[in-house]
Amino acid sequence: MEFAVSAFEPKLVAFVCNWCTYAGADLTGTSRIKYAPNVRLIRLPCTGRIDFMLLLQAFGKGADGVIVSGCHPGDCHYTAGNFHARRRWTLFRRLLDFVGVDLRRVHFAWVSAAEGAKWAELVNDVKTKIQALGPYDAFPKRLDGRPQPAEVA
Amino acid sequence: MEALRQRARELLAAGTVQAVLGYAAGSEPDRARPCFVRTAAEADGLIWNEHCRQNLATYLQKPEVRALGRLALVARRSTLRALLQLAAENQLADGRVVALFVADDGAVTELPTLAAIEELVARLPRGLSDADRQELDRIAALPLGERQAYWAGEFARCIKCYACRAACPLCYCARCITEANQPQWIPVSSDPLGNLEWNIARAMHLAGRCVDCGSCSDACPEGIRLDLLNHVLAEEARTQFGAEPGYSVRKDYALASFKPDDKQEYIR
Repeated sequence: MEFAVSAFEPKLVAFVCNWCTYAGADLTGTSRIKYAPNVRLIRLPCTGRIDFMLLLQAFGKGADGVIVSGCHPGDCHYTAGNFHARRRWTLFRRLLDFVGVDLRRVHFAWVSAAEGAKWAELVNDVKTKIQALGPYDAFPKRLDGRPQPAEVA
Repeated sequence: MEALRQRARELLAAGTVQAVLGYAAGSEPDRARPCFVRTAAEADGLIWNEHCRQNLATYLQKPEVRALGRLALVARRSTLRALLQLAAENQLADGRVVALFVADDGAVTELPTLAAIEELVARLPRGLSDADRQELDRIAALPLGERQAYWAGEFARCIKCYACRAACPLCYCARCITEANQPQWIPVSSDPLGNLEWNIARAMHLAGRCVDCGSCSDACPEGIRLDLLNHVLAEEARTQFGAEPGYSVRKDYALASFKPDDKQEYIR
């Protein structure tokens, strides 16, 4: 039996809100839409809860790409969590870019509970893009809870 | 310099303030150290020169400094801005501090209220120094890989001493994320990821609040240009959300407010 040489399969981590995107991803499944299995969903109460530190930790633990997704503006279960999150991301992206983190690996989206198809499209698209970029070796890692030894200058 | 000493003597002699927080000669000619002057006679030790850069507003939150009573504070532009920002964050009561603003020509302006500080700060020039601006633009213009390598190299020198935090007038949280260990957000030891996380977290927690005093990078024993991270965020917060921290006692924190039509072209 022959196996094709497997292409690089990126690890994606998606931080999603409980009320919209998580339900949206659920709908993708119940609608029997197939999408890339590379994504690991992490469900949080609200995009407002998604601390920027979580994104760094995901990359540090070996993620090649990160997706952050929640309710569309105006649809937040807690009224304004996503508005606050949006401001934080705007600043955070600027800082990430300045310190040389590859913004092509950080994706933001609004996916509602009714947008199962959009979720599948999003994950597939991000997967293809990250696949083209390859593993994120440039980002410092802390695998198995252990830090990499500091490089001797 | 004499005008400053004279004003300090008067304030202390009249009992208007219990102490004057200013600068005294440091261990080297090109250094200045903070000093608390409590009697009129001690005011002769006060100095003013280009090395008096540390933001003295940093000391105001410390319990032992609070216990001193009413203070006079020798202030630069960024010190005044720090006072206003602290007041906006409900960390400084009006009248607790008399600011002694020293202009470039050495003239001393006494500012007993926050309203007086607001009025003066509004008249001062704004923006970064030319050197800071150039360095910022130079790094921002580097290709991604080089930018990454530059900061990786800089952060590799970080020894996690947290002098940047200690020197910052707005890093006053009694419990900092660095000390949180359930979970441990930022490792105690100095490793590449932890150093990156710490420096990003520090800058992010000051986003929209930083008053651009540069005390963080002045305090850094490794000479890392931490202030550039803050400048970048300050600029983004200003252009995107109109944040002008340190110009008013009105609370207007960019990350605690929003507009429904904030920019979002990067979100699909």
